[in-house]
Amino acid sequence: MIINQLTIHEAHKLLKAKQLSSVELTRACLERISQTEPKVHALVTITDELALKQAEKADQLIARGDAHPLTGIPAIIKDNMCTRGIPTTCSSKMLQNFIPPYDATVVEKLNNCGAVTIGKANMDEFAMGSSTEHSAFFTTHNPWDPSRVPGGSSGGSAVAVAADETIYALGSDTGGSIRQPAGFCSVTGMKPTYGRVSRYGLVAFASSLDQIGPLTKDITDCAIVLNAIAGYDNRDSTSVPEPTPDYTQCLTADLSGLAIGVPKEYFVQGMQKEVETAMRSAIKRLEELGAKVDWEVSLPSTTYALAAYYIIAPSEASANLARYDGVKYGFSYTDTDSMWEALEKTRQFGFGDEVKRRIMLGTYALSAGYYDAWYLKAQKVRTLIRREFDQAFEKHDVLVTPTSPTVPFKIGEKLDDPLQMYLSDVCTLPINIAGLPAISIPAGFGDGLPIGMQIIAKPFGEEAILKVAYAYEQATEWHKRRAEI
Amino acid sequence: MPILRYGCYNDHTMKLSREEVLHIARLARLGLTEAEVDRLREQLSNILENFEALQQVDTTDVPPTAQSIPLQNVTKDDEVAASLPPGQILANAPRRDGEYFRVKAVLE
Repeated sequence: MIINQLTIHEAHKLLKAKQLSSVELTRACLERISQTEPKVHALVTITDELALKQAEKADQLIARGDAHPLTGIPAIIKDNMCTRGIPTTCSSKMLQNFIPPYDATVVEKLNNCGAVTIGKANMDEFAMGSSTEHSAFFTTHNPWDPSRVPGGSSGGSAVAVAADETIYALGSDTGGSIRQPAGFCSVTGMKPTYGRVSRYGLVAFASSLDQIGPLTKDITDCAIVLNAIAGYDNRDSTSVPEPTPDYTQCLTADLSGLAIGVPKEYFVQGMQKEVETAMRSAIKRLEELGAKVDWEVSLPSTTYALAAYYIIAPSEASANLARYDGVKYGFSYTDTDSMWEALEKTRQFGFGDEVKRRIMLGTYALSAGYYDAWYLKAQKVRTLIRREFDQAFEKHDVLVTPTSPTVPFKIGEKLDDPLQMYLSDVCTLPINIAGLPAISIPAGFGDGLPIGMQIIAKPFGEEAILKVAYAYEQATEWHKRRAEI
Repeated sequence: MPILRYGCYNDHTMKLSREEVLHIARLARLGLTEAEVDRLREQLSNILENFEALQQVDTTDVPPTAQSIPLQNVTKDDEVAASLPPGQILANAPRRDGEYFRVKAVLE
């Protein structure tokens, strides 16, 4: 048994049976981190001392019989979620020295469960990117092929899970930032319904699209983490006061009677043959498990989703990032007496290329004379996209698509071509536009590189997603494969 | 007409002017080098050109969606609660003066 490879539920059983201690489990992960980090560069900060203290405390809780399923289990947090007293950088020069005075709600919730935090994960700067190449610090490498990207923006979180540096991780997803790296690294990654998980303490990128979710080694773990982080929070005004079910209760392997739709627009021109082949055989497998599959679902506005997203998300980002003025926290340019020059230079030197590009694009779309033609138009298209999903869910329990149109691409391949980079989110971003829940699960390999399958449900339909994903996982072995690093 | 397909897109024909780029940068209070102005002019023009397809969508009588949940005007009770101590908030300040953030002169 290699203990850092354990899932949450496997480790929990061993912890409860006193066959393993949290300190041993934590040390195993830290040991693995020291071996693999020089190759994958998934982590911005390693909190080993804190982790071992938390592990000792967790062992005491377990000895007293107070073990929550996450007690004593090591976690890695994407570096855009505030952790009190621990740097939270967003992989940006702007926040390189920022130490939050408070915990994000999700971090607080994990701490209340007795979780062990072993580090903060690398990401594209301010979560803007699809490869982690836009981190201001370093690029994270894909464990399945270190010459390729792990996806992004939660690339560090996905790699930390795929490389068994941690038992699970948290990521955030604005246009695919949990699901696309999960697909690229062959792990499970879920973006819950907008409003399901509190965004309090998550550094804002695009407030109407951002959502926090788990990255795990299997579906049962995904349900366990979702149980811990979901729920209403009065500190986030977009948090929805819906009751939180026990997500582990819907994990059954029988799909009889379940209606699955396959929207044809997601099998886009330019999609890699390997991805299409893997998808078709994965969907056939779902049919064999009892599901009724409709291959003729159409969501015609999908074609316009990418343009709508890349107007809406940068517009919101340009407003959210106006707060970085070098006054209250963060990088500050001081070598001038002029307030305006200080402000402009703070932002010039503090932000990287992709962040600047999106601030410019968003500012343009919101500016006088262009607002109606770009921003308002994109918001109207957003309505059409949501309506088409609503109609599809009148007849289908879930929709199934590829997570990405390709397997992981080469580092550097799309870096100088922003539009090509944006296109790698083409299958995931419509889901954020509509505020729906969706998961990416391992569904095969093409030439040794991971392929993810995306399962989408109506708002607050996480249980239907987990049910389908669990049945598929029980019938396949993809999630058990490990990258050799 | 689906223009944006994975792996193929238009070369730009419509181009933002230098002045437009500088105007947007000023609105965003974002300093840019000459090279950045040139590069952003190319890239933003190319991106917007490819997003032109949006203008073809018929959105007559379609209301805009700002966010996807059915909540509106969420308010909180006005309850007295502890705030973070000033020292903790000021700990991240680039420049401080006692209990205050120090800023450049606004009026000169």
